[in-house]
Formats: sequence, C-alpha cells, structure tokens
Amino acid sequence: MTMKVIDMTNPTFPLDFPGTAVITDNGDEVSYAEMKRLTERWEPSIPARALVFLLVGNNLQSLVAYVACINRGIVPLMLSMEIDGGMLRHLIEVYKPSYVWRCRDGIAEKIDGGGVDLHPSLALLLTTSGSVGSPKLVRQSYENISANTSSIIEYLMLDETERPITTLPMNYTYGLSIINTHLNVGATILLTEKTLMQREFWNFFTSQNATSFGGVPYTYEMLDKLLFFRRRLPSLRTMTQAGGKITPELHRKFAEYALREGKHFVVMYGQCEATARMAYLPPEKSLEKIGSMGIAIPGGQFRLIDENGNVIHDADVTGELVYEGPNVTLGYAEKAEDLNRWDDFHGILLTGDMARRDADGFYSIVGRKKRFLKIFGNRVNLDETERLIKGHFSGIDCACGGKDDQMVIYITDKNMQDIVQEYIAAMTHLNFKAFKVVTVEAIPKNEAGKTLYGVLETLNV
Amino acid sequence: MTNIEKYTQSFVESFDISPEIVPTLKYQSIQAWDSVGHMALMAKLEESFDIMMEPDDIIDFSSFEKGKEILAEKYNVDFDA
Repeated sequence: MTMKVIDMTNPTFPLDFPGTAVITDNGDEVSYAEMKRLTERWEPSIPARALVFLLVGNNLQSLVAYVACINRGIVPLMLSMEIDGGMLRHLIEVYKPSYVWRCRDGIAEKIDGGGVDLHPSLALLLTTSGSVGSPKLVRQSYENISANTSSIIEYLMLDETERPITTLPMNYTYGLSIINTHLNVGATILLTEKTLMQREFWNFFTSQNATSFGGVPYTYEMLDKLLFFRRRLPSLRTMTQAGGKITPELHRKFAEYALREGKHFVVMYGQCEATARMAYLPPEKSLEKIGSMGIAIPGGQFRLIDENGNVIHDADVTGELVYEGPNVTLGYAEKAEDLNRWDDFHGILLTGDMARRDADGFYSIVGRKKRFLKIFGNRVNLDETERLIKGHFSGIDCACGGKDDQMVIYITDKNMQDIVQEYIAAMTHLNFKAFKVVTVEAIPKNEAGKTLYGVLETLNV
Repeated sequence: MTNIEKYTQSFVESFDISPEIVPTLKYQSIQAWDSVGHMALMAKLEESFDIMMEPDDIIDFSSFEKGKEILAEKYNVDFDA
C-alpha cells in the first residue's frame, strides 16, 4: 500500500458540488457550499491528528461532525449515541481520546489526560460491528476510504441525481459507506432517524422522492411483512443488501419485484475490515444467481484457499474466502499504542467466511470459519459473548450457539435466564428477542475442557 | 380475560416489561420497542385477537393509545368488553 496521509489541500470530501447535500426529516436543507462552511467551522479548537469519539445518530450535526473530522485530519471513532455508558468509559480508558463529542447536545468534552499518537495514514476508527464488550477497533486509512468509495460509485453507477434515504446508522460501516459515496458524487442524502416501522419514514420517503436505501437481511424480512411490494414507490431505483446472507426466498422475491418494477436489487458482501464493500451481484444477474453475493468490486480480487493455504482453482469447491484490494484496512487496534501502527493486513484479508465459486465465477457464502453470528446485520462473536457472561455473572457456566438473528445462550442456572438475557441485550444494544437463554444441567465438554458445541445443539431443552 | 387485559398482556410479553408502564408506551420509548420488538408485538396482537393487520396499520401503530384506536376502529376490538 502506498502511504497516503492526510492532505488538507485534497480532502476526502471536496464538497464542491452545486445543489443540495442533505435534507433532514425536520425540513432542513443544506447545500454543498453550506456543508463546506459548516465543516470548516465545526469545533475550531480541535486540532488535526486529535482522536475524537463521535457519538452519532442519523442527524445533521452528526454528519457535519463526521465530514469535518475526515476533511480536517481529526480521527473519529464512530459510536452510537445510544452506547452503553460502561462501554463508553471503557473505550475512553483504553484509547484516551482528546475529546468526546455527543450529537445530542453538540458539545465536545475535553478528556483529561487524553491524547495519543496516531499514524499519519489513519483516517477513521470503527468498532467491529456490534462486537460485545470488546474494545477491538478497525483502523481505516484515507486511502481505504477513497478506494472503496470510488469502487462503489462505479459499480452502483451513482451520480448527483441520487437521493438515498438513511436506514442504517452512520457508526455502522455499511451506513457510512452510503454517506461516503453519495457525498462524493454530489447527491442529496435524505437524513432520518425514523425507521421503516414508522409512518413518518414513508412520508419522508415519498415526499422527498428517495431513490435508494440499504438494508440488512432483517430489513428485507420486515419489508416483506409490511407487504412492501404493494407500496407505490415510483422514485425508488435501487435497493442494496448487505450485513449478512439474505435467505434465497427473500432474494428471489426482491429480485423479481425489482425486475417487474424496473428497479435494481443489489446483493452485496463486505466487512468493516475491508472498509465496507468487497463484492456485489450485478442486478441483471440477481434472479439467475440467487444465493450468490456476486463478484469482487472494481479494484478488488477474490480467491479461495483450502485448509493448507493453497489456492483452489476448481469451481464449486468450498474454501476460505480471501480478498485483496486497496480497501483492505490497516488492521485492528486493541490498545492506544496500536493507533500508531501502519499496515498489518498488507492489502490481503482472510475473511473468515467459507465460500464457493461457480463455473461462471460467482461467489456464494456457505459458512463461517470463525464463531460469530450476524444479528440484525451486526457481528456478534460467540466466544466473546461467553466470556462476557461468565465474567459478569460469577458461578455460572455458559456456552453460545444458534443461528443468525437468533443466538442461543446455554447457561447452568435457571434463575439467571432473564437477567442474562437482559444483560446481553443491554450490552449489545440489540433487541432481547435475538437472545434465547436456555438452561442445561451442565455444558458438555471434552476431556481437554473444550465445549462440545455439536452436542450442545442436539440437547433438547 | 377482557380485551384490554389481552391487549396489555401482548405488550408485557413482547417487551418483557411490567403491566403498570404499558399504557404510557410509545414506539422507541423503551429499548425493547424498536423495529424488531414492533414486529413481535404485531405478531402477538394478531395471534391474541385472531386478526391480520394491514401494513398501513402496522406503521401507524405508534403508541399504546394509538394502537387501541386502530384495533377498535379497524378490527372491531371492543375494549369495553
């Protein structure tokens, strides 16, 4: 990787477009020129190369703060404004930011003893989506953001006529990539904190002629239940999907709908470790290739490797998916000193996902190497969840399994079921319905003390 | 169980909360009533009252009070019974 460092004369967001950058659901309209002024004036006392925690929501203040940071060489860690207080304190202790900025009051609080050395190529920090308890971050460079942004603009053919409506939080890599790409083509972002389940969302959608939205698999399940296909949405052009594998049934339904209505349904694949996006299924193939997440994005390459690390050349053979491209991030951070590291991944990402390539070169995810689930699009590590529960509740044993959108937490004390469920929902900020807690007499283990997950799943409880 | 009890109980079970706070609830006023919780509540109400909710009613269902109105007006649920 070339070492692209912060360059104030050539910012990541030039913002020199005519027209409107943002429309909010409370009626504010902000032109690109105004956006530029707002970002230049944002928190003038915060210097370049300061680490700032941004507690954000899908509102104008948050967007201005994010763009200001990136353009002015301030390094933000993007966090939800709903973040658990304990987790925030822990992150502050570990990473020692200079400031914590909250969109709710727009105040940048200076942190005593804050301030760390940041590598000159470091642009942005994100949590590994929804990761419980762990302060592990992904380090993204200026080059990563630029490279991924241009690839996405190219394959989605974005231009200034787009009007994406926000459906994903901007502290989530997929939500952020929608903002990055559209602000770089002069499009108009329709900014709302309302959800698909609210009348106000749909009123805003139709009155402002939204052209696209993104969704995780659960978003599409909800849309299906809301009989989305009956809704008249003439302005809609594109629906993108990422954040986990959509069921083949829903893939088919939305692909058929898109074809019938002259819209695009684009299944995609990505990870925070690859900035955002690694693959997309060209919409004209969406019906033909149900279950596939497509081909590598422009500038990227995939290969599959077997357990010995050898490249698999034959079609329809399962192996670990490896991605190579300029959007592969610098690496992880687990402590403040890591923020001064340069490139650990060297442009190559072992995705941890098991995949197959068909004879036409299209990839499908078939499983995972690492023990994690995607819950409503958020990655939740099963081993980390176990450690968290065992650490918080002394005297219980615990093991986690289940499937996407439905984790099963096995514990050994019946009286703790509700409190464990509450605790995990609070820590992950995910709906408690995603966590089913069941009691078993003992967690099955082998002689070496390793949990036998296979046995656990067969226990009828 | 009366209809108002059945209605309240649907919230209690969907959000795992105590019945006393139910009448004050609005969408997103508690963590459990997010979009995931909303779908769970709609499913529970459909089951309890043996109805099929229209999508427009699902997205208009913004509070305990509003929901009561919707069920009474559109689905003939008599809350005095």
